[in-house]
Amino acid sequence: MSWSAETIKRARDIVARYPEPRSAVMPLLYLAMREDGYLTDDGIKRVADLVGITAAQVQSVATFYVMYKTEPKGKYLISMCTSISCYLMGADDVLHALEEASGVPAGEADSEIAVEHAECIGACGGAPACLVNYELIEGLTTEKAKDLVKWLRDGKPETINGDELQTLFGGVTSFDWAIKEENAAIGPYPAFPVFGTAAVNSEALEPGRGA
Amino acid sequence: MAYPLVVTERMMEHPADSHTMERYEATGGYQAARQALGQTRDELVEVVKASGLLGRGGAAFSAGLKWSFLAPARPAYLVVNGDESEPGTFKDRQLLERDPHQLIEGMIIAAKANEVYESFIYIRGEYPKPARRVQQAVVEAYAKGYLGKGIFGTDYNLELTVHLGAGAYICGEETALLNSLEGRRGEPRLKPPYFPAAKGLYMKPTIVNNVETIANLPHIINKGAEWFSGLSDSEDTGTFMMSISGHVNKPGNYELPHGLTWRQVIYDVAGGIRNGNELKAWVPGGASAPWFVPDLHLDRPITKAACAEDGSMLGSGAIIVMDHTTDMVGAAERLVAFFAEESCGQCTPCREGTTWLDMILQRVLDGAGRDADIDLLLDLSDNISVGLAWPPKQTTICPLGPSAVSPVMSLVRHFRDEVEAHIAKGIHSGGQGTPVSIRGSA
Ligand SMILES: Cc1cc2nc3c(=O)[nH]c(=O)nc-3n(C[C@H](O)[C@H](O)[C@H](O)COP(=O)(O)O)c2cc1C
Ligand code: SF4
Ligand code: FES
Repeated sequence: MSWSAETIKRARDIVARYPEPRSAVMPLLYLAMREDGYLTDDGIKRVADLVGITAAQVQSVATFYVMYKTEPKGKYLISMCTSISCYLMGADDVLHALEEASGVPAGEADSEIAVEHAECIGACGGAPACLVNYELIEGLTTEKAKDLVKWLRDGKPETINGDELQTLFGGVTSFDWAIKEENAAIGPYPAFPVFGTAAVNSEALEPGRGA
Repeated sequence: MAYPLVVTERMMEHPADSHTMERYEATGGYQAARQALGQTRDELVEVVKASGLLGRGGAAFSAGLKWSFLAPARPAYLVVNGDESEPGTFKDRQLLERDPHQLIEGMIIAAKANEVYESFIYIRGEYPKPARRVQQAVVEAYAKGYLGKGIFGTDYNLELTVHLGAGAYICGEETALLNSLEGRRGEPRLKPPYFPAAKGLYMKPTIVNNVETIANLPHIINKGAEWFSGLSDSEDTGTFMMSISGHVNKPGNYELPHGLTWRQVIYDVAGGIRNGNELKAWVPGGASAPWFVPDLHLDRPITKAACAEDGSMLGSGAIIVMDHTTDMVGAAERLVAFFAEESCGQCTPCREGTTWLDMILQRVLDGAGRDADIDLLLDLSDNISVGLAWPPKQTTICPLGPSAVSPVMSLVRHFRDEVEAHIAKGIHSGGQGTPVSIRGSA
C-alpha cells in the first residue's frame, strides 16, 4: 500500500491550501480512504506524517467523525436517514426493506454493500431519503429501496451518479434539482474532485493558495 | 400570494443555470462586491447593522453587531457555516447548490467589512454535490480575478477554501466547527474565553456566519438597508428560508417574509395536512425547538419575539409538521435519539443524560415503561437543564445537551396522556406490551 506520486502531490497541495498544516487532516483522511477503500493504519500513519502530528492524534480525529470508516464498507455504502422527518414518512420500513433485500443488517457490510442508519442528511423535504456513497435519493419507498439493492447487486456500477439514482429510485424532492451533473462517486466516501475522490476530475485543485 | 424573493429569486427565474458565473453576472452579480471593495469597514458594518439582518444559523443574532465585535488583532478569518445538520433543515443545501456565486459574493463583502484575507466554507460531508457546485464556482471566481490576489483589479486579496466535514452535527456549533477546521475533534470550546470574534480559528479573531446570512449581503449592499427592512411588516427584517417537512402536502423550502401566521404557512404555503388529516403539532425551529400545538399557536405570528414569548424559537427555520396519526412518544424518542447520537461526549449531563432520556423513551415505546417514568424523565431533564426554563439554562459547554430536553418537555406538557397510555398497555401495568419497530440493529 504505497501512494502514487500523483496522490502524494495532491496531498501536499491540500496541505498547502491551509494556513496551518494540521487543518488538512480531514481532507487527507478522505484521500487515504480513496487509496485503500477505507481508513487503514497505513493511511492514518501517512496522514500523520504529511501534517506533522502523531498517528494517535490522527486516530483521535478520525474516530470522532462517522464518515471516516476504519473498517471495509464494500463498494456501496447505503446510509438511510432515520431522523424525525424521515421517521414520520416511514423511514424505518424503508431501512428494513434495505436490510432484507441486501441481507446486510444496518451497521454491517458484506464485500459489496454496507447498510447503515444515518442522522438527518438534509433532505427532509424529500423524506424518506438515503445516500448511496453520499449521493442522494429523495422520496424513497420500500419498493424502490429493494429495486436499488437489486440494481447495485446485478449491475455493479463502477460509479454512482446522483441524478441517475434519483431518476431510477427517487420521488418527491426537497427542491427542484434543476441541473444535472456528470460527477459521480467512486467509493464509500464523498465525491469531491479536490480530494481526488470523484469520478470526474476537473481543474478542481486550482487555484493554489497565494503565499 | 406571491412574496418578494431575495436569496432564491435568481434560481426561481433561471432554474437551468442560476449556478453559473455567466448567469450570475448577467443578473447583476458581483456589482455589490465591487462597490463594497470601495467602502470602509465602518460603512459596511453600519449598513448591515441598519438592515437588521439577523443570523440565520439558529441563534438569530444581529450580523452587523457580531461584525462590530471582531477583535482588532490580525490576521482575522471568515468562516461560513454550511454544516446544516439540524433535523428538518435543508435550506442551505439549496442555496449552496443553486446559487453558489451569491454566497461567494457575500463572502467578499463580509471579508472586506472585517478586513479578512483568508476565508473558508465549511460544508457538511454528506453534501458532496453542494460542495462540488461551490468549488466549481470558486474556481470560476479565481479565474476571473474575483478571488485570489488583487481582486477586481484592486489591491485587496482574498483566499477561499471549501472544507468538507465528515458527519458530526456538533460541528455546526461554531467553536466545534473551528476545532474541526483546525484538524481536531469537533468538540465545542468554552465561551468565554473562546468567543470566535476574539479567539477563533488558530486563536485569531474569526467571523462565523451561516450560509443564508451571507447570501443576503449582496442584496443589502445593492438595494440598501431600508429596502431590506421594508420587506417585512414585522420587527424582523428581510425574508427568511423555511424548510417545511413532515405531514404536509407540499414540503420544501420557502423563502418568506417574517410575520405570517403559522396557519398561513402550514395551510396556504405548504398546502395543508396530507390526506386531509388533522394537524397535531409542529416543531417550529429545528429539533432543538419546543413544539407548538394548533389550539395555542396556529394563529400566532412567525417572529422571533412571538416565538420567544410562547417559549420556543424559530431557530434554523425548520418546521416539522405532525398529523393526528403521529405517535408523539415515537416522535420525541426520535428527536432525543438524535441528540444522544450527536453528543460530543465532553459534558456528563449531555453525554449521559441524553442517552438515558432515550433509553427511557425507548422502553415506554416497547411496552416496558413504568409509572414512575414520566417523573424520571422530568427529573433527568432538570439535571441536564436546571429549572427547565426557556431559553434553557446551560450546565454544559454548548447548548446541545439542554436542547435535547425540548422534545421531552414538549411531550410531557402537551401529550402526557399518550405517554401514560403507552405505560398502561405495558408489561409493568399487566399489559402485553406493544413492541414497535425500532431502527435497524446499529
Ligand atoms: C449544536 C449546535 C448546532 C449548530 N448547527 C449550526 C449549523 O448547522 N449551521 C449554522 O449556520 N449554525 C449552526 N449553529 C449556530 C452556530 O453556532 C453559529 O451561531 C452560527 O453559525 C452563526 O451564524 P449566524 O450568526 O449567521 O447565524 C449551531 C449551534 C449549535 C449550538
Ligand atoms: S453539551 Fe453535549 S455536545 Fe455540547 S459540548 Fe457538552 S457534551 Fe458536547
Ligand atoms: S430527517 Fe431525514 S433528511 Fe432530514
